[in-house]
Amino acid sequence: MKKSKYDGSFYLNPYLGGAILGTVLLLSFYLSGRGLGASGAVKNTVAATVNIIAPQHVEQSAYYSQFAGGDKKPMSNWLIYEVLGVLAGAFISGIVFNRLKLKVEHSPKITSRRRLLFALAGGLVFGFGAQLARGCTSGAALSGMAVLSLGGYITMVAIFGTAFVVAWIFRKNWI
Amino acid sequence: MIGPIISSGIVSPAWDPIFAVILGMGFGFALESSGFSSSRKIIGTFFGYDFVVVKVFFTAAIVASVGLLYLNYFGLVDFSQLYIQPTFLTSAIVGGVIMGIGFAMAGFCPGTSLCAAAVGRIDGLVFFGGMFIGVFIFSESFSFIENMFYSGSQGAKMINTAFGISPELFTLFLVLAAVGMFFGAAWVQKKVKKVEY
Repeated sequence: MKKSKYDGSFYLNPYLGGAILGTVLLLSFYLSGRGLGASGAVKNTVAATVNIIAPQHVEQSAYYSQFAGGDKKPMSNWLIYEVLGVLAGAFISGIVFNRLKLKVEHSPKITSRRRLLFALAGGLVFGFGAQLARGCTSGAALSGMAVLSLGGYITMVAIFGTAFVVAWIFRKNWI
Repeated sequence: MIGPIISSGIVSPAWDPIFAVILGMGFGFALESSGFSSSRKIIGTFFGYDFVVVKVFFTAAIVASVGLLYLNYFGLVDFSQLYIQPTFLTSAIVGGVIMGIGFAMAGFCPGTSLCAAAVGRIDGLVFFGGMFIGVFIFSESFSFIENMFYSGSQGAKMINTAFGISPELFTLFLVLAAVGMFFGAAWVQKKVKKVEY
């Protein structure tokens, strides 16, 4: 199959993509003094939502109260703005490379339903783990690696090492 | 101008959210255009048919690490003002293992699921929705996890200090390891049966 720029199968050279990503990360430290992230935005949204429904519960919680309640503004957080930018940037890339399409992507060997169940469960598990490790692949691992944080490296090795083993267990979903 | 710009007083703090949106756009564009909106492309790393994750992730890590060392060398960035994630050994390991399981189940991490959702992948959106449930469960059960969450505290420890070497030497090893992995990945990819996706 010939790869054309306009059928949605064109991707940047991975080393160019990585260099762009690394430059954006470097700029993030240079401009804002912090790395990139993703899961933190979910944390703040959850804390803000719970704060609207049950503010007393947030006050009493040793976790929520770190991000919401009192005069804290969890929705006016750097990561929330950054994540909105991520959506816009990915959308623009989708337009440029003609990849905008509403679909469930999965291996032909499994059903959409099975794919969505695994996506939901995987998201749940990932969300939980990202809170425990104080960040996800971007916030803890990649941004941590850039500033040589010991924890960033440990989390990176734990994520990829575990995924190598567990991917084999779930290989029917993929190959 | 000595970075970080936002804490140097050159620009008003009101610029920070604007920086955040622009940086986020660059982040999202880099991920999507490299193919990170496709879970089957991402997961290829673990089966050896597509190493885009290894190539992009480690290229980004070395560009940012080497770049920060240069900025520091030329006195363009004040390292003490950068946010360095504190290290808590137990939660970094256990949290990483849990994330690895979620990663292998769904083929996404939080950032890539957002990119997938942005180009219309429903599985990406569902993953992102699942994260809210996971974060909620974590927050609600925090009193049971609290001890583990704070155990093994090392402060903002750096990996080169743990090895007793300079940041420059560690970064050199990082670059060498990454380049080694790139060649290894190219070699494995040639041996492995192609998967169409």
